[in-house]
Amino acid sequence: MNRKRKTFAGTVQAVFRELAVNKYLYLLTLPGLLFVLIFNYVPMLGIYVAFLNFNPIKGLTGSEFVGFRNFEFFFSGLDWPIVTWNTIYLNLLFIAGEILSAIALAVILNEIGGKWFKRLTQSVIILPFFISWAVVSIFMIAFLSSDGGLVNKALEAAGLQAVNFYSTPEAWPGILIAIRIWKSAGYGTIIYLAAMAGINNDLYESAKIDGANRLQMIRYITLPLMKSITFLLVLLALGRVFYGDFGMIYALVGDNSFLYPTTDVIDTFVYRSLRTLGDFGMASAIGLYQSVMGLVLILITNRIVKIYDKEASIY
Amino acid sequence: MKTRNASDSLLLGIFYFVITLFAALCLLPFLLLISSSVTDELSLIRNGYGLLPPKPSLEAYKLILGSASIYKSYAVTLIVTVVGTAISMLVTSGIAYAISERRLKYAGVISFILYLTILFNGGLVAYYLLIVKYLHLNDTIWALILPGVLSPYYVFMLRNFFRTVPESLAESARIDGANDWTVMLRIILPVSLPAMSTIGLFYAIGFWNEWFRALLFIEKPDLYPLQYIIMAIIRNVEFASTMVNGNQQVAAVVPALSARMATTVVTIGPIVFLYPFLQRYFIRGLVMGAVKG
Repeated sequence: MNRKRKTFAGTVQAVFRELAVNKYLYLLTLPGLLFVLIFNYVPMLGIYVAFLNFNPIKGLTGSEFVGFRNFEFFFSGLDWPIVTWNTIYLNLLFIAGEILSAIALAVILNEIGGKWFKRLTQSVIILPFFISWAVVSIFMIAFLSSDGGLVNKALEAAGLQAVNFYSTPEAWPGILIAIRIWKSAGYGTIIYLAAMAGINNDLYESAKIDGANRLQMIRYITLPLMKSITFLLVLLALGRVFYGDFGMIYALVGDNSFLYPTTDVIDTFVYRSLRTLGDFGMASAIGLYQSVMGLVLILITNRIVKIYDKEASIY
Repeated sequence: MKTRNASDSLLLGIFYFVITLFAALCLLPFLLLISSSVTDELSLIRNGYGLLPPKPSLEAYKLILGSASIYKSYAVTLIVTVVGTAISMLVTSGIAYAISERRLKYAGVISFILYLTILFNGGLVAYYLLIVKYLHLNDTIWALILPGVLSPYYVFMLRNFFRTVPESLAESARIDGANDWTVMLRIILPVSLPAMSTIGLFYAIGFWNEWFRALLFIEKPDLYPLQYIIMAIIRNVEFASTMVNGNQQVAAVVPALSARMATTVVTIGPIVFLYPFLQRYFIRGLVMGAVKG
C-alpha cells in the first residue's frame, strides 16, 4: 500500500513537472478548454432533466424525479417512429445525393480543359455553400410559391396543374434533396478534385496507348480510384445519420404542420416540444435518446474507418 | 494536343453542357432574387417571380433602407461576426498550436476532450437552460457570440496544418532563446497565414449566417441579427411591412413581397461581393484540410 501511494505521488509529481516544463503551451490551451467545459461539458450534466418532471421555476434541484416516465411518454406516442424514420431516411437521401453529384461534377471538372472556364465554374458552384438556410428559404419561395413561383409558372405554361407545394408533403423529400445538392455538391467536389489530382498520369497514358477512350478511362481508372475516399466519406456521414439537419429543415419547413409527415426530424421535434409545449423533460429525454443512438453509430463507424484506414478517422 | 475521336468529343460536349447548366442553376436563385427585389409590388403579385422585372421599381429598397431596424440588425451582425471571429481565432489558434507540438505530453488527452464533444452532447434543453437560467446571457449580444467561439473541427484542421510546418524553423528560434509564445507568434502563425485565413473565414461565415441562437435566446428587436430578420419575414410577410413602417398606416400597396427580397439582397450582399476575392482561399484551405485531415 505504501508503495502504491508512492507511485501515485510520483505520478502527480510527474504531471506537475510536465505542466511546469511546458507551462506556456498549457496556458495556451486554457481558454479553449474553458469554452469547451462551459458550453459542452456543463450541458452534459443537464441530461438529468430527462429524468425530471422539470419545472423551470423550481429548477434542477426542486423538480420532481420521475425516472423513465419521460421516455415512456415519448416511446408510447405515435411520433417517435415517424421522426426517427424521417431523420434516417432524409439523411440517407442526402448522403447519396451529395456524394453522387459531387463525384459526377468532379469527374466533369477534371476532364474539361480551359483553365479560365474551369476556375469560373468551380467558383460558381461552390458559392451556394456559403449562403445561410434562411436565405435559401427565401430563394425557395420564389420557386415554389403557389402564387407566382417559378416552378408553378412553368407547370402552367406547360398546360399542367399547378401544385401547392407547401401543403404537399410527398413532394418534400425530393425538394429537400434537390436543394441539398444545389447547396453542397460544388463544395463536395473539392475533396474529389484533390484526390483526382493525385492520380498518376502514367495510368492514363498507358490506357491511351492501349486505345482507351475518355469514357473508358473514367470508368476503369478514375472512378475505381475514388472508391476508398467515397467509402470513408459515406462511413463518416453514416455516423451522423441520427442527427437531423435542424438548420436546414427548420429554415425551410418551419412550423408548417402540413409537411411534418415527411419532414419532421428528431431535432425539429425536440425544438417543438421545448418551445411550443414547454415540455423540458420530454424534450430532454428525446435529445438523450438521439445522443446515445448517435454516439453508438459514430463509435461503430469510426471503428470501421480505423480498421480500414488508420490515417483517415477524424481523431 | 491529343487526337480525339468522335465519341470523346461528344462526351466532352456533354460535360461542358452539364457543368454549364449546373453552374447556371447555382446562379439562377440569386438572379431571381435581385430581379424580384427591384420589381414593382403590383406586378410581382400579378405576374409572379421572373428573371427580368417587367416594371422596375426601387420602392422596396427605399422602404427598408428608410427604416432604422435594418441598420440595427446590420450593426448586430457585424459586431457578432467581427468580435466572434477575433475571439475564435485567438482561442482556436492557441489550443491548436499547443496540441500540435509533439513534445506536449498531454496533447492526446486534450484532443480527446475536444473530440468527445463531437461524439456526445447534452442536447438542446440543457444548452438552453445553461444560457438562459444559469449564465443569464439571453437578450445580450454574448448569447450570439460565446457559444460559437470554439469549433473542435477547426481546431483539428489547424493542428494538422501546424504539424506540417518544418520543425527546424521553430528549433532554430528556440536556440536563439525564444519561448513557446514567441515561436508561435513570430514563426508558426506567420507561416500558417493561408490556413489561418481559411479557418477565420469559416468562423466569420458561420457567425454571419447564424440565426438559431437568436431564435432561442433573443427577444429584444434591437438585438436581432440579419438572418433572424430573414427568418421572421419568411414566417410572416406582414413583418416586412411593420418593419418598413412601424406606424400601422396602410398605404395603397406596401411592397411586402419585394421588401423581403430586398432585405435578403442586403443580407447576402457582403458575402456575394467578397466571394470572388475570398474563394481562392477557401478552395486552397479546403484542399489542405481535406487532404491532411
